Amino acid sequence: MGKIIAKNLDFYYKDFQALKNINLEISEKKITAIIGPSGCGKSTLLRCFNRMNDLIEGIRLEGEILIDGVNIYRDDSDLLFLRKKVGMVFQRPNPFALSIYENIAFGLKIHNMAKRKEIPKIVEDCLNSVHLLDEVRDRLNTSALKLSLEQKQRLCIARTLAVKPEVILMDEPCSALDPLATLKIEELMQELRKDYTIVIVTHNMQQAARVSDETGFMLLGELVEFGKTQDIFTRPGDKRTEDYITGRFG
Amino acid sequence: MERHFDEELKDLNLLILKMASVAEEAIFKSVEALRRQDKKLAEEVIGSDKIIDDLELEIDERCIDLLATKQPMAKDLRFITTGIRITTDLERIADLAVDIAERAEELVDQPLVKPLIDIPKLAVLAQEMVKGALDSFVKRDIDLARNVRNRDDEADHLRDLVQKELIEIVSQDGSKAPRSIPLLLVARHLERICDHATNIAEDVVYMVEGMVIKHRPF
Repeated sequence: MGKIIAKNLDFYYKDFQALKNINLEISEKKITAIIGPSGCGKSTLLRCFNRMNDLIEGIRLEGEILIDGVNIYRDDSDLLFLRKKVGMVFQRPNPFALSIYENIAFGLKIHNMAKRKEIPKIVEDCLNSVHLLDEVRDRLNTSALKLSLEQKQRLCIARTLAVKPEVILMDEPCSALDPLATLKIEELMQELRKDYTIVIVTHNMQQAARVSDETGFMLLGELVEFGKTQDIFTRPGDKRTEDYITGRFG
Repeated sequence: MERHFDEELKDLNLLILKMASVAEEAIFKSVEALRRQDKKLAEEVIGSDKIIDDLELEIDERCIDLLATKQPMAKDLRFITTGIRITTDLERIADLAVDIAERAEELVDQPLVKPLIDIPKLAVLAQEMVKGALDSFVKRDIDLARNVRNRDDEADHLRDLVQKELIEIVSQDGSKAPRSIPLLLVARHLERICDHATNIAEDVVYMVEGMVIKHRPF
C-alpha cells in the first residue's frame, strides 16, 4: 500500500476547481516528482498532503487523502502531529531569524521531543545529515540569515529532519539555487530517500528525470499520467505528456 | 508548436536517409559486380566505403551534440538514440557490401563452380529487407518493420542451402575450394546484411512505439 493515497480528490479555491478527481498512490521511501505547467495544480496537490491549504480562506476539498491508511482530513485530525510527520521545504529558503542552532532546536522544543541535554547532539546530527555541520560548526550561534542561499536551504531541510518526519514535501526546492547548489540538494535527496518518502514539485523536467523514481504529469488540475520516471520520460502513454516534456506544448 | 529543435531533427533525418541510400546502392552494386564479374564495379563499391564512414562520424557527432545540448525526452530521445543505432548498422551493411565486392574481385576471370541460383535470391532478399527496414524508418511504419523482421528466417534458410551445396562441391572435388569459398563467404555476408536490416526494423519499432522487441520472440 502507498504511503500517501489520494482518492477521488477535488479541490476548490472558492468557485475555481484547482484539482479534478485526482487518484494516486505515492510509494514509501521513494522520490515522487510532480511536473506540469504553471497553474496546473501541482503545488496545490502537494500542499494538500499536509493540509497547508487549510490556511487559505474559501477552500473546499472533496475526496480523501490517506497517509498510512488514515484520512488526514477527518474531523479529529491533529494538525500539529500531521505537519510534524509530513515536513515541507519551500521554494525560497525560509530559516527563522534565529541562530543556526536555534533553527534546528526550535521544532524539538515546541514538540517537546527531547530533553534539554539531548538537543545539542540532535542539532549536530541533523546538520551532519545535510552535510552542513563541517561548514558551520564554529558559528552555530550566529544568525542563520548570514548563510548562503544554498546553505539556508540545507538548513531548512535539516530543520525539517529534526522533528523526525516520515514524508518530506518539496515545493520547487532548487528554483532559487544555481546549478552547483542544485546538485548538492539533489545529492542530498538521494541520501534522504533511504529513510523518507519525498514528494517534489518541480518546473525543471531534467531535475524530475534525474532525481525521482516515479513521476506524475498534471495539466489543468488533472493528473494526466503517473508512472515510473524512466517510462514517463522515454515513452509516455499520453500525447499531452509527450507534448509537454518534449516542449511541443502550446 | 514548431520548435527550432524540429529543424535540427529534420536535418538529422535527412543525413540518415543519405547514408541509407549510399549503403543500399553499395549492396546493389556489390551483388551486380559478382553477377557480372565486373572488376570496375567492385572497385567502385570498395571506394565508396569512405563516404559511409564519414557520414557515420557526422551523424554520431550530431546525435551526441543534440543529446548534450537539447536534453531530448520521449519520442525525440527515441529518435536520436535510434539514429545512433541505425547508423552503426548501416556502416556494417556497407562494410559487408565491400566484403562482397572483394569476393567478386577474387572471382573475376574465373569460371563459377556452379550457376548462381540461391545467392541471387539471397541478394534480392537482403536488398528487400534493407529497403523495407529503411522505408519503415522513413514512414514510421511498424507493420512494415515487423514484416522485415519476420523474413530473417528466410535469409538463414537460403544461406544454409548455399552452404550445403558448396560443401558438397568441395567434398567431391577439392580443387574447386578456392572458387567455392568466396561464394560461401558471399552467402554469409548477405545473411549478415539481413541481420542488420532486422536490427534496424527492431529499432524502428522502439522509435515509434517505445517498445523493445529486440531479442524477444514476438
